Amino acid sequence: MSILLDKKTKVVVQGITGSEGSFHTKQMIEYGTQVVAGVTPGKGGTKFDGIPVYNTVSDAVRAQKATASAIFVPPPFAADAILEAANAGIKLIVCITEGIPAKDMVKVYDAIKKMDVKLVGPNCPGVISPGKAKIGIMPGFIHRKGKVGVVSRSGTLTYEAVKQLSDLKIGQSTCVGIGGDPVIGSNFTDIIKMFNDDPGTEGIVMIGEIGGTAEEEAAAFIKKNVTKPVVGFIAGRTAPPGRRMGHAGAIISGGKGTAAEKMSAMKRAGINVVESPADIGVTMQKALNDVKAKLKVD
Amino acid sequence: MKIHEYQAKEILKKFNVAVPNGIFVKTAKQAVKAAEKIGGKVWVVKAQIHAGGRGKGGGVKIAKSLKEVEKLADEILGMTLVTHQTGPEGKKVKRLLIEQGINIDKELYVGITLDRAQSKNVVMASTEGGVEIEKVAAETPEKILKEAVDPAVGMQAYQARKIAFGLGLEGTQFKNAVKFLAALYNAYEKTDASIAEINPLVVTKEGDVMALDAKMNFDDNALYRHPDIVKYRDFDEEEPLEIEASKFNLNYIKLDGNVGCMVNGAGLAMATMDIIKLAGGEPANFLDVGGGANKETVANGFKIILADKNVQAILINIFGGIVRCDRVAQGVIDAVKEIKVTVPIVVRLEGTNAEEAAVLLNKSGLSFEVASSLQDAAEKVTAVLKK
Repeated sequence: MSILLDKKTKVVVQGITGSEGSFHTKQMIEYGTQVVAGVTPGKGGTKFDGIPVYNTVSDAVRAQKATASAIFVPPPFAADAILEAANAGIKLIVCITEGIPAKDMVKVYDAIKKMDVKLVGPNCPGVISPGKAKIGIMPGFIHRKGKVGVVSRSGTLTYEAVKQLSDLKIGQSTCVGIGGDPVIGSNFTDIIKMFNDDPGTEGIVMIGEIGGTAEEEAAAFIKKNVTKPVVGFIAGRTAPPGRRMGHAGAIISGGKGTAAEKMSAMKRAGINVVESPADIGVTMQKALNDVKAKLKVD
Repeated sequence: MKIHEYQAKEILKKFNVAVPNGIFVKTAKQAVKAAEKIGGKVWVVKAQIHAGGRGKGGGVKIAKSLKEVEKLADEILGMTLVTHQTGPEGKKVKRLLIEQGINIDKELYVGITLDRAQSKNVVMASTEGGVEIEKVAAETPEKILKEAVDPAVGMQAYQARKIAFGLGLEGTQFKNAVKFLAALYNAYEKTDASIAEINPLVVTKEGDVMALDAKMNFDDNALYRHPDIVKYRDFDEEEPLEIEASKFNLNYIKLDGNVGCMVNGAGLAMATMDIIKLAGGEPANFLDVGGGANKETVANGFKIILADKNVQAILINIFGGIVRCDRVAQGVIDAVKEIKVTVPIVVRLEGTNAEEAAVLLNKSGLSFEVASSLQDAAEKVTAVLKK
């Protein structure tokens, strides 16, 4: 099984005719994603690679029964695109766009939190359920179908972790890049909850970064609720305070959000915290083997 | 983006936030003229650098005559100010703010920033003004009042009243504080600030409430809609290499170590720094070349890294998703030939066309250390450092 999306998910791409949107739409289709519609205001009625393009998300939902959206529109218009999707009845919104002002996202988060919709991102690589479908920009071929859920604030570092798993023949149920911004739609806890409830997920990899307290909150949730093995890594142990390390969210401010604090909270929650990013795969392998060994003994 | 205190006060004034009379100057002579214009008998001479803790570092002094203004301005201009926020190397003072002396009754604290845990802006206030607020938060968190602002309706009057009452203010001081808080929140919201911090917020014996100090940072993602704020950028306050890197759309932060690194993606870049440290090296920088790593970005990345004389080895770690590794490899080869890189280079290319990339690197005739995994890369860097 998987979370958030599978083969049946019908996807609309917002910004389908832009350079990013058009390139990744093709990649998504090639991977097996059901892209049923595109939206570009003013280009309704035309087609992109055989896919019907609509002026509004509502039109796309009505005509093609899309339930998920991929957003590739530029930062000044992305908050509006998220709200449009949410109000058109889309249930899963994946916003890839990087560089949305925090003020816009504060308003969007507040508006959609009462609605029946899940937002992943912004500033994220997206969601992939290996062997089924992907919404996002991650390279499909490094993934492998399987039973480990991956959740991460980063892009390429997630690929690194996925590659380590796949090389060890450990497949993934779903991999979710939640994004590197201070305000994001789904946090670690939201995704870990889903992995915990998913019978097809047997282990969880969480990859955090310096800044904020989302990893600590997730650790508290895991301590209370999760019995599946969890492997964790925090990037940025060597980052100096007060400097934004690329991601708008990756900043140690007022002595809060350090890697040391996060790692110790995660260790206390029983998470297998790795010191080196090179050890994510092997540590998950060991954790899964330990579970198997224990089952045999019982 | 960071700006100076005097610039933050210029912005706040536009939003009707009360600030002392002050004039920004660059010489001691200008300082005297400014003091004359401001009038009164007491002035404050304040060093303008992008760091807090200036008072403790000796960058803020009180003058009781015009002569003293000149003398203090002369002393502070050009001095290297070391505070808990500048690092041990300190920052050279090139700008001053001359301000009227204020008859202080109480020193308070107010700050507004985004609380990520709630995804809401939060107004924080404390009676413990004029000291390091991080210390207050750590030692006596109960002394910090917090009001989260509902994004749909903005800060409400009752919230400002709650804070003003919480700060123990009465009468005119209370009324002015409520006005001050509303104006400050408005300024924060309208300018896309990421921080608006007033420490100290002073209450005068006359009942005025004003920002004795002001710190404002702005959301880089929102600068496109604030050209007026972009003009405040002071390049003197930034690392020259970081300015250079930003011209090429490279995200570079200089650090103190000896291993330069070039990576695509912020998370992987941080993880690469971490693994360098674990392997016994020290990262010389953070450098994210972004999604479109090509020959030019690689060449520019090399130039920036090599401009740092502490660099003894370079680790390139690119995970090609959309980016093809063979193209990156060709970029690395061309750049190394073109700019004659003399320090050892460890290259780890993974992802799309990684095998073709390894062949190119091995055939190039250049002495790359080609690494097959993240762990291997870190070990190879440590090995070359020992040579």
